[in-house]
Amino acid sequence: MTTAPERIVVVGASLAGLTAAQHLRARGYAGALTLVGDEPHRPYDRPPLSKQVLRGLFSADTTLPHPPDLGVEFRLGQPATRLDLSERAVELGDGSRLPYDRLLIATGTRARPWPDPEEAALAGVFTLRGRDDAQRLGARLQARPDRVVLVGGGFIGFEVASTCRDLDIPVTLLVRDAVPLAAALGPRLGGLIGDVAREKGVDLRLESEIERMEARDGHLVAVTLKDGTRIESDCLVAAIGTLRNVEWLAGSGLEADAGGLRCDAFCRALHEDGGVAEGVFAAGDVARWPNPHDDDALVAVEHWGNARAQGETAAANMLAGDASAMRRHDHLPDFWSQQFGLTIKLVGLAEGADSFAVMHGSLEERCLLAAYGRDGRTIAAASIDSARWLPAYKAAIRERAPFPPIADAVDQPRLRVQEP
Amino acid sequence: MSGSTLFEQILDPAHRANPYPLYAEMRRVPVARQADGTYVVSTHTELARLISDPRISSDDLPDPQKFRWTGHPVTDLLVRPVRAEIRKRHRPFIFRDPPDHDRLRGQVMRCFTPERVRGMRGKTQKITDDLIGKMRGKTRIDLVDDFSYPLPVTVICELLGVPPEDEAQFHGWATQLATALEPNQRGDEETQAKNEVCFNEIADYLQGLIKEKRKDPQQDILSDLANDGDGMNDFDLIATAVLLLVAGHETTVNLITNGMLTLLRFPEHGARLRAEPDLAPRLIEELLRYEPPVHYRTRLALADIPVAGITIPKDAPVIFLLAAANRDPTRFPDPDRFDPDRPDNRHLGFGGGLHYCVGAPLARIEAEVALVSLVRRLKGVSLIEDPPPYRPGASLRGPRHLRLALEGVAE
Ligand SMILES: Cc1cc2nc3c(=O)[nH]c(=O)nc-3n(C[C@H](O)[C@H](O)[C@H](O)COP(=O)(O)OP(=O)(O)OC[C@H]3O[C@@H](n4cnc5c(N)ncnc54)[C@H](O)[C@@H]3O)c2cc1C
Ligand code: HEM
Repeated sequence: MTTAPERIVVVGASLAGLTAAQHLRARGYAGALTLVGDEPHRPYDRPPLSKQVLRGLFSADTTLPHPPDLGVEFRLGQPATRLDLSERAVELGDGSRLPYDRLLIATGTRARPWPDPEEAALAGVFTLRGRDDAQRLGARLQARPDRVVLVGGGFIGFEVASTCRDLDIPVTLLVRDAVPLAAALGPRLGGLIGDVAREKGVDLRLESEIERMEARDGHLVAVTLKDGTRIESDCLVAAIGTLRNVEWLAGSGLEADAGGLRCDAFCRALHEDGGVAEGVFAAGDVARWPNPHDDDALVAVEHWGNARAQGETAAANMLAGDASAMRRHDHLPDFWSQQFGLTIKLVGLAEGADSFAVMHGSLEERCLLAAYGRDGRTIAAASIDSARWLPAYKAAIRERAPFPPIADAVDQPRLRVQEP
Repeated sequence: MSGSTLFEQILDPAHRANPYPLYAEMRRVPVARQADGTYVVSTHTELARLISDPRISSDDLPDPQKFRWTGHPVTDLLVRPVRAEIRKRHRPFIFRDPPDHDRLRGQVMRCFTPERVRGMRGKTQKITDDLIGKMRGKTRIDLVDDFSYPLPVTVICELLGVPPEDEAQFHGWATQLATALEPNQRGDEETQAKNEVCFNEIADYLQGLIKEKRKDPQQDILSDLANDGDGMNDFDLIATAVLLLVAGHETTVNLITNGMLTLLRFPEHGARLRAEPDLAPRLIEELLRYEPPVHYRTRLALADIPVAGITIPKDAPVIFLLAAANRDPTRFPDPDRFDPDRPDNRHLGFGGGLHYCVGAPLARIEAEVALVSLVRRLKGVSLIEDPPPYRPGASLRGPRHLRLALEGVAE
């Protein structure tokens, strides 16, 4: 039994970090609590940034609500630069040291920058991760560029494309793969969303990549694709994925790399030798953890719901004393996205699925619930504008029900198992 | 009552005034098989899960029973069987599954706009004021007959677009047809026969009204539905109108009556509501948890459904005991306490899943206006009898009368 903590430090003042802080207090932790964040802002919410904020419906101030008496010392605008496990202290950019007896690492991810640094630095080239990014890009969109070029076939790229169309701004969306959103949803649903995007006026180009950018006076004016096509545009958004914020952990002895900070089932950070780093926990986008719904395969889940759930579990375990009193992080990934008038929801992880079946509705109606299977088990379910039965499928995924999971249901078309 | 199952005891009118101890016993087995093969779901976790399960059907209306012969061949062999078949095919959407359910409900939701519902507040206040005005000079009233009953029918008639002069007829029809939503009554032959007569009357009436609304559309729901481009056919339209009338009727009556009863049983909350009308929304949510107007709904299992360690077999009737789940101590700490300040009050008073109450926003407005006005204007109110006499229904459960003594009516 370790002693009860008196000084808790959380690095990363965002969703996972704030959630953990709230749960620490809710569980009666009364000691010192410091939240370190390199951004100058109080913790805020990211999902609205690519949706309502860009659209101009909400301001970029999406500060997450938290009670004023939470008793947290915020150290904002201050990156953690080094972790000293043996001394149990975090060093900040201003040289100060914060000793801890429990540490939560929740430094999340950042937008993957455009690979060519000169092009990345051009005026008119944007990425989107934080509220300042959203503010800048939003202001640019309000000024109505003639055409926005979006790079990246993931959810953020599609959400931004949808927002542009809502604002009636012409958009070219460049996707490197043959099908958009395929990693998350598989080619059938990914293809469906691609079709919807096209109908809404998006110039969607698959298997397309940028060869080079053209600039005038440091300002983007056009891009040339690998196939030689030239597209004039002074506004480009690179939504090409994320990088995990683990650089500051280099040399600490923790097992952290591009795949995330490795932790065990109880959110405890692990040493490079595989042992548990006493008193150090991880949560949110930065964490890479054994997923009990997938035979403990390591996974990093970059979803809002996971950051919340893992922040809560980490908080509970930080106060638990020893491992026998800790609980597993057994969150079943879930995710939502809104674009082109559709609400897409996903539970479980569909990557690696070998089978697919529309359980309710149909692809043609664009209102459906589909399940994904692998090796005869149900691993995920996705809905488009039809989430009401998702809870039942969620239960089936948790129980690793045989695939297809739920037969003889209300309004079920003749089930046909297909490739995803 | 030895030998009878727990659910049979719940149906027994002797337990109508206080079924809650039986519910507590019921919850000891979250999904409990009864001797007749029915499965009763009474805990919050299991109910919340099953109410959104696609293997659970709402299409559980019993087939119409054999007719009693009238002796007129045309009636017996043609008119009645055809009407029965039409009624079965065009049953109201509360008894239907997707995709039909969604199509019909979607059309109703389109005309139940938030603006239209909010717009009913003023009208509701006026009806309320009129009804309370009529209590002047009385020292005794029956809240049910004098207030809770007339209010919702008038509101829904206004919303649907039933002319005021025909409203009186609707009161009678609504009362009779509510038995169709009452699972422990709708099966019996006499009720079915009465319902048939009544349904035919209301259907004929509505058929005429729909014709008028097509010729001369007004600002009301029936006009909107009758003139909707990809609209429903007349049979579905009539069934839908009847559903709106009936579903919004006995329920709201109970909410208002239970509300007043509860406020008189716990006078500190009545006093608080009088001083602090902003409390009304929270107080009404707590009422919907604590004394819900709808105690249970029935369903049918379409497949074997594993839940809470057992399997509900295909074709088994299922009962969602909403009122028991509302008092589940694992979800609501200290569940038998009436506490409007309860945080995170996710009661099941309006059901859940895809049949979640269409009229919830309207019902909330009606209850708010009614209860705030009653506590403010009725002076020196007390219960003449407690418990009051209850209506026979165990699902749509509420007092038949709520006799109150009054000292006066304030302006
Ligand atoms: C535009 C956008 C839209 C999204 N939409 C959805 C959606 O619809 N649905 C969904 O499920 N998810 C969505 N997400 C993902 C979701 O927002 C993330 O999963 C969530 O924010 C993760 O929270 P986190 O606390 O783990 O990490 P983050 O939110 O990334 O926070 C980490 C914080 O740590 C800070 N930090 C990093 N390094 C250091 C350091 N060394 N010292 C101090 N501070 C540091 C970072 O600056 C950041 O403030 C979206 C994300 C974005 C960007
Ligand atoms: C206090 C008042 C009310 C309560 C407690 C209540 C309760 C409920 C409940 C529990 C259901 C779910 C039925 C099921 O799942 O089988 C329901 C459905 C329904 N209610 Fe209400 N109701 C109230 C008022 C109203 C009003 C005022 C209206 C109409 C104006 C209305 C119209 C409906 C309709 C149409 C349905 C069927 C929805 C569907 O099947 O999709 N209700 N109600």
